[in-house]
Amino acid sequence: MFRSGLLASVIVAGVGVTSPVLAQSTVYIPAILELSGAGAVSGTNFRDGMLLAIDEINAKGGILGRKIDTPLLDTQSDAGISRAQVQKVLDNKPFVILGPVFSGSVLVDMLLTQQAEIPEIVGGEAAAITQKGNPYVFRTSFGQQFSMPKIANYMRDGVKAKTVSVLWVNNDFGKGGRDTFIKEMNARDIKMVADISTESGQADFSADVVKLKGANADAIFVYLNEEESARFLREAKKQGLNKPLIGETTLLGQKVIDLAGEAANGVRGHVGLTVDAPIPAVQEFAANFKKRFNYACDHNGIKGYTAVYFIKHVTEKIGKFDSKAFAEAAHGITISPKDEPGILMEATWDKNGDIDRISFLGEVVNGKQKIVETLPKLGK
Amino acid sequence: MASFIQLLVSGLATGAIYALIAVGFTLLWQTSQTINFAQGEFVMLPAFFVLAALNAGAPFWVACLIGIALSIVVLGILFKLVVVDPMLKYGVLPLVISTIALSLFLKESAKDFYSSQAQPFPALVPATDIHFLDAVVSTQSLAVLAVAILTVIALNSLLNKTRLGRQMQATAQNPTLARILGIPVQRMVLYTFLLNAVLVAIASILVSPIYLAKFTNGETLGMAAFIAAIIGGFNQVRGAILGGLILGVLDNLSAAYISSQYRGAFPLIILIAVILLRPQGLLGRIEERTV
Repeated sequence: MFRSGLLASVIVAGVGVTSPVLAQSTVYIPAILELSGAGAVSGTNFRDGMLLAIDEINAKGGILGRKIDTPLLDTQSDAGISRAQVQKVLDNKPFVILGPVFSGSVLVDMLLTQQAEIPEIVGGEAAAITQKGNPYVFRTSFGQQFSMPKIANYMRDGVKAKTVSVLWVNNDFGKGGRDTFIKEMNARDIKMVADISTESGQADFSADVVKLKGANADAIFVYLNEEESARFLREAKKQGLNKPLIGETTLLGQKVIDLAGEAANGVRGHVGLTVDAPIPAVQEFAANFKKRFNYACDHNGIKGYTAVYFIKHVTEKIGKFDSKAFAEAAHGITISPKDEPGILMEATWDKNGDIDRISFLGEVVNGKQKIVETLPKLGK
Repeated sequence: MASFIQLLVSGLATGAIYALIAVGFTLLWQTSQTINFAQGEFVMLPAFFVLAALNAGAPFWVACLIGIALSIVVLGILFKLVVVDPMLKYGVLPLVISTIALSLFLKESAKDFYSSQAQPFPALVPATDIHFLDAVVSTQSLAVLAVAILTVIALNSLLNKTRLGRQMQATAQNPTLARILGIPVQRMVLYTFLLNAVLVAIASILVSPIYLAKFTNGETLGMAAFIAAIIGGFNQVRGAILGGLILGVLDNLSAAYISSQYRGAFPLIILIAVILLRPQGLLGRIEERTV
């Protein structure tokens, strides 16, 4: 399991030690990610997807003739450390910053990058990230305001639930998702019968499962981070919880399935990004990822991969390494795989930096995520 | 009532794991005045030994035995020889700081040499349910509880019903007198370190299917066991057991019936109450040492 040879981490061992000669031939795009702590699954997937794209692009000559120089900085899944890391890289005048993934860290960091007028391509999904009028923040996954209506429709039309319990993680990601979900449930006259918060990094879910069993809702919406999702599913299986478990990508992701084992079978939900999408380019990416890193990629890997190609495409469009011009050009842009194959699926970024593209309904069957329906772009 | 039974069984299972770890705390304190702040990481590490053995192709039970054996060597013998023995002569505080440093070292080593990501860990028994008074009780919880109880019974028998155990008791109570009586005190102290290593390895095997094997697991477990040991009485094995069980049950019941958001605060409230009202712990005795 010891993983070595991560090219980008080797390119620059210390932050800011780029020599003048190296600086002219490279473009400095640091990545600030959750490489340890509660967000390690998300951060390392994002990192590896990103590294795959960087190596592909660098092998073909880089962006506008300059190779991508991406030092990796660990937030330790802590918003304070994340902010300090962003402050550190801003001193070296980055072109764009990649990450972090945790919404709480993004919400803290994006104030700094906005002041510095440096675009930040983040993995956070909290609705609040793109609702603060910050023109320098972009994401390569759905925000909760895009995904929750789709889940709510599925609860009403697919599961036909009249009552719902919600189990959520008490951080910016979970709170944002829970608030948006409840709003959507109320709009559809679906009654909430239990509203259970859990802690980030929580290990024991036995009391939560007992409470969910007692609430006896028609369906349970689970909105936790990946590792907590796996622990919850194991406990739910252990206690014989037999209600439909519905979630988002963080419940149906491959890492969750790997960790939860057979306890993940039967879980259903909306997945904005998945390597099991019935799209050849996505499957080819997934195969390359697995070959290189020896584990199955989750949605965060796709976020990282497409983020780098998003940077490449926008930069080549503006024809220069100008951070401000990048941010202006990226709003309203639509990138199609025929113009930029690495983008994998056609995607549009709106005026807030939110992404719109097709998404999927999935179910875990025999330890594998199975896509049962493809949902169109919201803008169509 | 059904929910209460489920919460009680599940809490006792978690509490029994805390108890095993807390007993290790008290053993080391009693015989060598070692407060081991790496005890949580001592529980984290054996899971990775077991996983490494599983990856090498060993069956689960063999991998568990390998994990326990490696724990005895690394967390028992090496810990005593490399960390405790050189530091003990400088007093309790330098040793405490050394164990804090050791905890960081173990945590970072597990992250670097294995993975920063959580790893699935096999459960002792398959997940099936037993129906009892309208409650659905998991066989996995019962298995955890059974193994923990058997471990405590075995430990108790060793300490109270064997010559070796009585020698260890004597060493804990008065090492000078024990030495005069011909008891090999240093060897007895080493045995307690080995016992602690076995206890943390068993706790690791029991807790990892629930927590998943991850380098950060020790943070929660070490703190829980330390609180359990103080609540029960740092100088009594039976106090540590009681403290662990109270903590496990209290955590579950408070999360279910009071507030899941403040579940982490309740053990600390109990801890403060015990320190204020009965500083020696619920079953502890003032100025007395026994194992």
